[in-house]
Amino acid sequence: MSRIVGIDLGTTNSLVAYMKNGHPCVIPVRNERTMVPSVVAMTDNGLIVGDPAKEHLVRNPERTVYSVKRFMGKALEDVQSELAYFPYSLTEQGGVIRIKLGEKSYSPPQISAMILKELKQRAEEHLRESITKAVITVPAYFNDSQRQATKDAGLIAGLDVVRIINEPTAASLAYGLQAKTQGTIAIYDFGGGTFDISILKLKNGIFEVLATNGNTRLGGDDLDREIANLFLADIRSQQGIDLRAYPDQMQAIRLEAERAKIHLSNELKTQISVELPDKKGYFTRELTRDQLESLTMGIIEQTLVPCRLALQDAGLTPDTIDEIVLVGGSTRMPLVRQRVQELFGKTPHCEINPDEVVALGAAIQADILSGGTTDMLLLDVTPLSLGIETMGGVMSSLIHRNTTIPASAKEMFTTYVDGQTGVDIHILQGERELANNNRSLAKFRLKVPPLPAGAPRIEVTFLIDANGILNVNASDMRTGQSQSIEVKPSYGLSDQEVEQMIEDSFKCAAEDIGTRKLIETRLEAGALITTMEKSLREGDRLVAAEEATAIRAALAALSTAKDGNDPRTIRACMATLEQSAQHLTVAILNDALTRGLQGKKVSDLT
Amino acid sequence: MDDNKDTGMDHHDTHNSNPRELQMARSMCWHCQSEVSGEYFCDRCIKVQPVSKETDYFTCLGFPRRLTIDPRKLEAKFYELSRAFHPDFYQNKSETEQAISLGNSAILNSAYRTLRDPIQRAEYLLDLEAGAVKELKNSPPADLFEEILELQDTLNEYRAAERTSETQQQLRAKLHAEQLTLEQRKQDMETNLQQLFTNWDALQDHGDATSQARTERDRLLKQIREILANRTYVKSIVNNLVATIG
Repeated sequence: MSRIVGIDLGTTNSLVAYMKNGHPCVIPVRNERTMVPSVVAMTDNGLIVGDPAKEHLVRNPERTVYSVKRFMGKALEDVQSELAYFPYSLTEQGGVIRIKLGEKSYSPPQISAMILKELKQRAEEHLRESITKAVITVPAYFNDSQRQATKDAGLIAGLDVVRIINEPTAASLAYGLQAKTQGTIAIYDFGGGTFDISILKLKNGIFEVLATNGNTRLGGDDLDREIANLFLADIRSQQGIDLRAYPDQMQAIRLEAERAKIHLSNELKTQISVELPDKKGYFTRELTRDQLESLTMGIIEQTLVPCRLALQDAGLTPDTIDEIVLVGGSTRMPLVRQRVQELFGKTPHCEINPDEVVALGAAIQADILSGGTTDMLLLDVTPLSLGIETMGGVMSSLIHRNTTIPASAKEMFTTYVDGQTGVDIHILQGERELANNNRSLAKFRLKVPPLPAGAPRIEVTFLIDANGILNVNASDMRTGQSQSIEVKPSYGLSDQEVEQMIEDSFKCAAEDIGTRKLIETRLEAGALITTMEKSLREGDRLVAAEEATAIRAALAALSTAKDGNDPRTIRACMATLEQSAQHLTVAILNDALTRGLQGKKVSDLT
Repeated sequence: MDDNKDTGMDHHDTHNSNPRELQMARSMCWHCQSEVSGEYFCDRCIKVQPVSKETDYFTCLGFPRRLTIDPRKLEAKFYELSRAFHPDFYQNKSETEQAISLGNSAILNSAYRTLRDPIQRAEYLLDLEAGAVKELKNSPPADLFEEILELQDTLNEYRAAERTSETQQQLRAKLHAEQLTLEQRKQDMETNLQQLFTNWDALQDHGDATSQARTERDRLLKQIREILANRTYVKSIVNNLVATIG
């Protein structure tokens, strides 16, 4: 059984974790950091992901994608109101958003796949083995299209997604493992782009979700937007500049707003500074925690509505909740903590780093699936009701929200006209009465043998699996034959499209690895040049003149090679430089040692 | 008592088979072909066995067909079977076993959802014992007929009245009083049901096959069916009321 890793594919940051000797741990990705910013940039040297890509947000806003999670499983019309906030350009093709990056367009699952690939590579480097299987987390309130899109992203990244698991419930696993708690707990998960509340009952290792609710378009991004809008209004009124016309500055403002928000979780005031366009200097102002809180109060208040609904669905009142757990970076805000505490009348838990707890939980779920952990079992629910459209455009509900998954429902279909050969079925998800007001998941035509009206009896089974993803099956009750159904999702990639993307991704993989190698080699070359230049400045007098000239020549050669595109040439030049400078390096070391000893003697004497 | 089956949806996978056929069928193991005598696992090869389509929810969860069930015992059994069936524990097994695990879990979850709620449990039992309860028309309870008609009039007046006007305020108070009366009536019905449930269980426990017992059985089923239908009716009226006056 090959290892399964746990991945938190977040709006702002993503992490990968695994189980190490019975304890979940997050894999460091760069230096001490465990988070890969969920940012992808198209540069002249190809696609880059994570921290290096984040640097392109301001420099290269039209070609740098962030918060792609907000577009997973969505059509363009779903995000109309948000479009103005994003500097990259979005189009639509076959019900799926496409993001333009340079020459090419990518679907959100493809962009997410790039982030997943980065995590996969980091995990492979850290664990020194090939990683092919993963548990990926999604917001509990994600609908079928959004879950399917996440699964597609995994496939495109070359990962077998063995399970899609809900973020708040993943977090509960991490807390449950730590505390071995019993009782009723509420998980308040306020992330970069989404909000979830889940209420669970913990008993003897069983984590039974009683109810879940949320908003997949409410997160830290929205808090940043409120702050950014304040700056924009200030700059407009004081300087007469409308920064919305300047994508670079808009990104700078967004990042500055985020920074200020984070800073104000620990401080009472902060300074904000943004460079104005056309060399007009800087705009600076102070922002206090009070101001931040009055700006964001409305959004934080919006998170309490799903909390009350979830409690109602679970048949509980706030005072019957034993523990409250905070998850997601946005829960670091003091006002968030205060409002949650007021609602439940208890101090919430936040012992486990709210940025890491979801990935840790995913690693535990991965361990359960590989047979490592056997005493814990998560019984999750479907967040939204599933149904079909019936006469008059009304939704008839087949599986209610908050039903434990796996869940199934059967429905019998027949014909109304003699010789009718097909029945159209429209699958919906949502809580509204009219079909139009709910999410369309899929439309398909059920094939029926031509018989007198009412004679055919086709039983259709709707099954929501443990991933919260719908599977449809039909069987003819007269013949007992089952019928496979090709379900074309209303808002998602078809199987063929996903296959094509997997193929493309493998084609690009060779190119990507080359690009990646080049970037890394260049970075190393740059570091070596800096060191050697310093050495030359310090140790010029310690070596023969011709030796110093040789070093200078090797340095110049490396600088030229570094701007080229061949990592092997760069490596060769680095080797030459190191060799020619061997003498110098030793000489500097000796010199330092001698002086160090002398220094010691002096200090000994005094 | 609570239930979330407001509209009496007729899409659930009810098993309307003859009760006498509902015993867990002794069958062959799909894997080693030996006879399966255990509950859900083959004695010989220990492979998980599919829960038969004919198995009713009571049998599935290992409870006798009674209307009063200890919720803690039911939960314990549900957790035990969840551990036996859940797809999480079949990740490394064959495709057939994974499919069985998925199917069994789905049935188990429906069974638990149905049996843990006393009203849904009773409706389900009526399905098994005496044909579909939903065939019974939701006509207003005879003794409520006049009252309901009057309530509909008041509701219409309320909707037509000018917002926040004094007339509306008065109508609102009237409707609110009516709401309390109906809720009380619903409560009475539930108490009544509770008694009938106990009677039914006692009769089953007794296991009499006399013609007198059979008559008593049919009388009880009919009564339960009637009160359940009336309760659903009153509940929908109350919901409508609450939705209107807030």
